[in-house]
Amino acid sequence: MRGLRLLPGNIEFSFIPYRKIFFVISVLLVFSAIGLYIKNGLNYGIDFKGGILIEIKTIDGPANIKAMRSNLSNLGVGEIGLQEFGAPDEVLIRIQAQEGGEKAQQLAIGEVKKALGGDIEYRRTEFVGPKISDELFWNGVYAVSAAILAILVYIWFRFEWQFGIGAILALVHDVISTIGVFALFRLEFNLSTVAAILTIAGYSINDTVVVFDRVRENLRRYKSLPLSDLLNKSINETLARTIMTSVTTLLALTSLYVLGGEVISGFSFAMIWGVLVGTYSSICLAVPLLLYLKIERHSTSGASKSEEAAAE
Amino acid sequence: MIMAVCGLGVLFVAPNFLNLKQAEGLPSWLPHKQLNLGLDLQGGSHLLLEVKVDSVLNDGLEALVDTMRTTLRKARIRYNALGIDGFGANVSIKDKAKVQEARELLKSLDNKLEVNVLEDGLIRLEMSEKTVRERRIAAIEQSIEIVRRRIDETGVREPTIQRQGEDRILVQLPGIDDPERVKRLLGKTAKLSFHLVDERQASSELGRVPPGSILLPSLDEVGSDGRPRMYMLKKRVMISGDTLADSQATFQDNQPVVSFRFDSLGGKRFGKATTENVGKLFAIVLDNKVISAPVIREPILGGSGVISGRFTVQGAQDLSLLLRAGALPAPLTILEERSVGPGLGADSIAAGKIASMVGMAMVIAFMIVIYGRFGLMADIALIVNIILIGAALSILQATLTLPGIAGIVLTIGMAVDANVLVFERIREEIRAGRTPISAIDAGYSRAITTIIDANVTTLIAAVLLYQFGSGPVRGFAVTLAIGIITSLFTAIMLTRLMVATWLKKTRPDTLPI
Repeated sequence: MRGLRLLPGNIEFSFIPYRKIFFVISVLLVFSAIGLYIKNGLNYGIDFKGGILIEIKTIDGPANIKAMRSNLSNLGVGEIGLQEFGAPDEVLIRIQAQEGGEKAQQLAIGEVKKALGGDIEYRRTEFVGPKISDELFWNGVYAVSAAILAILVYIWFRFEWQFGIGAILALVHDVISTIGVFALFRLEFNLSTVAAILTIAGYSINDTVVVFDRVRENLRRYKSLPLSDLLNKSINETLARTIMTSVTTLLALTSLYVLGGEVISGFSFAMIWGVLVGTYSSICLAVPLLLYLKIERHSTSGASKSEEAAAE
Repeated sequence: MIMAVCGLGVLFVAPNFLNLKQAEGLPSWLPHKQLNLGLDLQGGSHLLLEVKVDSVLNDGLEALVDTMRTTLRKARIRYNALGIDGFGANVSIKDKAKVQEARELLKSLDNKLEVNVLEDGLIRLEMSEKTVRERRIAAIEQSIEIVRRRIDETGVREPTIQRQGEDRILVQLPGIDDPERVKRLLGKTAKLSFHLVDERQASSELGRVPPGSILLPSLDEVGSDGRPRMYMLKKRVMISGDTLADSQATFQDNQPVVSFRFDSLGGKRFGKATTENVGKLFAIVLDNKVISAPVIREPILGGSGVISGRFTVQGAQDLSLLLRAGALPAPLTILEERSVGPGLGADSIAAGKIASMVGMAMVIAFMIVIYGRFGLMADIALIVNIILIGAALSILQATLTLPGIAGIVLTIGMAVDANVLVFERIREEIRAGRTPISAIDAGYSRAITTIIDANVTTLIAAVLLYQFGSGPVRGFAVTLAIGIITSLFTAIMLTRLMVATWLKKTRPDTLPI
């Protein structure tokens, strides 16, 4: 029983010669992401904005969202958002953060529950005060920045600084474009989105490292091959693996997105996008960038470093 | 060794397939710890409370200013500008000759205070930083204790109550999806005190409040103008609630009432106070609201009594509970609440199970299609990997949350990566013309640095996620990190063992990869 080949044995796709096209695409992607962020902003969930979220399920048949909306809008608790959540009998209610401290929030929760009556199942009640939402937001920012920095240091330590720069540029590209997708579709941006972004960072670097590793190996093996050919060769040699791993990860994530339930779907969506863009950026950004970062071809430091690593 | 780890994994994950009763019934030499489900999966309530510590310090300072005033008056030392300033109190002595005398008197009030004479007869009493810190810590620890007692009294099973950060308390209540009652109970400081009613002007207009008296609203009595009825009380506390020994909700004339009993010291004081004030009104005050103000008909010497207000049964039960558990040193505010009902939790578990099964089935099938026999070996490693994740979570008693399940599903997709790297390398080595055995050797040894580099970076992301994340997100970081480590083990060691065994047995000329 011999396995199927996704790609024939000796492929030679041209990646490096088309690098300028990729760069233009990526620059456009990043700038439109930033533009979308400025224009649309992010649809922050209560984790970062503060406020109240109540998920309910009606017991007798589909929910009458219209009636609920008019019923709740008379309470004077400010902006209220209602939406169907996964099934016709499930409704997600969002209430803005209330003026007047933590006590006011508790009062609002009580009012809303009273107005909704007793014939429903309360599946989830969440309230995040302004103090906490601020903290959560900054913790998220710190976490993503710290992750990027730590990964940069690790790559620098294991490879050379040029590789670190290439990897981080690709990584920042992935993170910014993911935020852009959330701005474009007005998807809720919450704590699990930050978790997804961090995981995307890890995954994207994972992909990049595999190709870089091959670049390093080939740098030692082919001393006279032009750098652009060498980079292209390295990408092609690892292409089968890159695609395989992306496919298995996407299989698992698609299953999670379709079957994992409404609460987790935003997370899986971000991850699916992240795997796609992470794979693209490793091949079409991180590696071609090495061409401009002046890798030292005859230095022995990189080689001896990896020899040590292999001996470990 | 490798087989031993796998065997232990199976052993440790096994209790999760039994129900709780069966698991507890296992002999003690067998592992019986089950997965710890997060509140988002089993249903329950998560409350983050903040202790208003500064109000404790402020109460202390106000009391200090009061004693400073009486001390100086008693000694007939004239002063002005007496007041709180930061973590201390200032007073200015008018008669410069008496500054030293005043200083000695004030110094004897509290030996924890630093007393300094500043310019112009200004004396400053100040808490040292250490004292401030000690008082904060004491206030928080006492708050935690009171919160614990109140929650225990409500009969919640296995609550978690722990300090978080400087001045916060994290409360987790498994199985409670509507924490209304708990929130109501925690929302009260429950400071009880008994005061004499100031009857001098009780009937006339209450506009001016004479010194030594305070005006407090009634808890539930409403005056003719629709606003709460106001009571004028003597400021001096006749007896305070911290001397209570017990309290119960009961009935009197078919009305719910709250009975209370003082400890011996409180009982004596109560007896004396009631003896001296027969015929007068005394008010029972809870959190600056008057519950009721009955007439003292006769001396109460038994040290116990009854509070009769306009209680509901639940109200009487709650009040007696609060009195039993004691007063909070400072008010609490709820900073964050996350409650999940059992329905949503069960749905999440079911959806998570299906998603992982389907995801796994697809990955398994795909690996077999691409790598044949080798894919099958990688699949076995994948299954063992999932078992090991379950075992590690059970042993560490880490909490499995919904994002944690997502982490496991993601691991399913990514765990085969190490094998993919190895297998692709082996294919390359075969193309380069190596024999099966040397191709496999080269494949493993060359792929391993890549595998480690690639996984360390993901591990970095997981660690930072744990560091900065909170609640369920931490659960994701935990499963992701565990998944990375176990997948390194299964994908490298376990499949290598399988491949080596198979090679020895069959000694093939070509590799079916």
